[in-house]
Amino acid sequence: MSVPLTLLGLLERESSHGYDLKRDYDTFFGRGKPLPFGQVYATLGRLARDGKVMVSEVGPGEGPDRKRYVITGRGATDVETWLTEPVEPEPHLQTVLFAKVVLALMLDRPAADYLDTQRAAHLQRMRELTEVKRTGGLVDALLADHGLFHLEADLRWIDLTAARLDTLADEVSRASEIARVKANRR
Amino acid sequence: MTPIIEASDVALSFGPTPALRGASVTAAAGEILAVMGPSGSGKSTLLHCLAGILVPDVGVVRFEGRRIDTLGESDRSALRRDRFGFVFQFGQLVPELTAVENVALPLLLGGAKRAAAVAEARIWFGRLGLDGLEERRCGELSGGQAQRVALARGLVARPRVLFADEPTGALDSLAGEHVMEQLTGAARDEGTTVILVTHEPRVAAYAQRGVIVRDGRVTTLTPPQEVTA
Repeated sequence: MSVPLTLLGLLERESSHGYDLKRDYDTFFGRGKPLPFGQVYATLGRLARDGKVMVSEVGPGEGPDRKRYVITGRGATDVETWLTEPVEPEPHLQTVLFAKVVLALMLDRPAADYLDTQRAAHLQRMRELTEVKRTGGLVDALLADHGLFHLEADLRWIDLTAARLDTLADEVSRASEIARVKANRR
Repeated sequence: MTPIIEASDVALSFGPTPALRGASVTAAAGEILAVMGPSGSGKSTLLHCLAGILVPDVGVVRFEGRRIDTLGESDRSALRRDRFGFVFQFGQLVPELTAVENVALPLLLGGAKRAAAVAEARIWFGRLGLDGLEERRCGELSGGQAQRVALARGLVARPRVLFADEPTGALDSLAGEHVMEQLTGAARDEGTTVILVTHEPRVAAYAQRGVIVRDGRVTTLTPPQEVTA
């Protein structure tokens, strides 16, 4: 999971305080592993240093949460590139793909197209491994098989997710609404 | 790329239910094309339209540049017999015939003499690692063996296009792999175009190119030039 890119994606949706970013990250991507506040602010600091976010206002009082962060053009380009380009096909990608799909739905981007791009990249890698099996010895073939079975598992997840995008979009939208109501009560 | 077979904006409904809604796909001579998609997406219907088994309500199907969707049933039947080969999920061997008689069947239907047809069929038993199984009936063959006999039957008449609909769907991983190696190897040697319908990514990986059918439409999967981490 890429925390900086995920935070940038959340900021593309709307400018936020660090506290709100942490809350949304934990809601959608934390899954029992909340992001420490220290990591949120350290990451935002690095993103600001690299010109990918900027501070739009600083409220009264003490503490880092006074700052409201806004994504810059450079940050938005990073998010766009990250979402549209497939991840290098290797096993155990589900969490990265999951983050991309959820963010794409939040940002009203074509999540189905991104999944197709990833599917094409996976199939290309599977073709290469199938060719290794065809031309190599048994040891190479068994190693290729190991990769093939894992890539196939990723592809099955992609297929299942693609088939459930509409339902997932509803759930993401509902969760965003609940988070917004909670934030307004704060 | 000059396509050997193509469907353009093909639509077909079964009663009120649309199966294809403007599907387009092409395959080049000698190409192995995987047609993927979830159950009920229309991928088998598309294969049946390309093979002249079904006639689309709308759209055009061409084989070697000629329209085949406008041909009558007998012409399409002759086309299927003479130019196309087929392999389905459950081999569909004729149980009353021996394995070699099953393989010889397309040649016999095409008018070949029995001795010549059986002699030609026997060659395929050697090519596909089926030596010694010629006189068995399908009940005496394993699933993998039966499917390779079905593959031999699909290729014996040296078709220009082989249509394979879930050819490994009823087999375990190893037997399925064996069938796919034989299928793609023989197709490469013969220069046969293969339209391979499958929902299994490992089977699709034997093809050079993939398309996905969703809700009766076709999306081409274009591999990225460069994959970034």
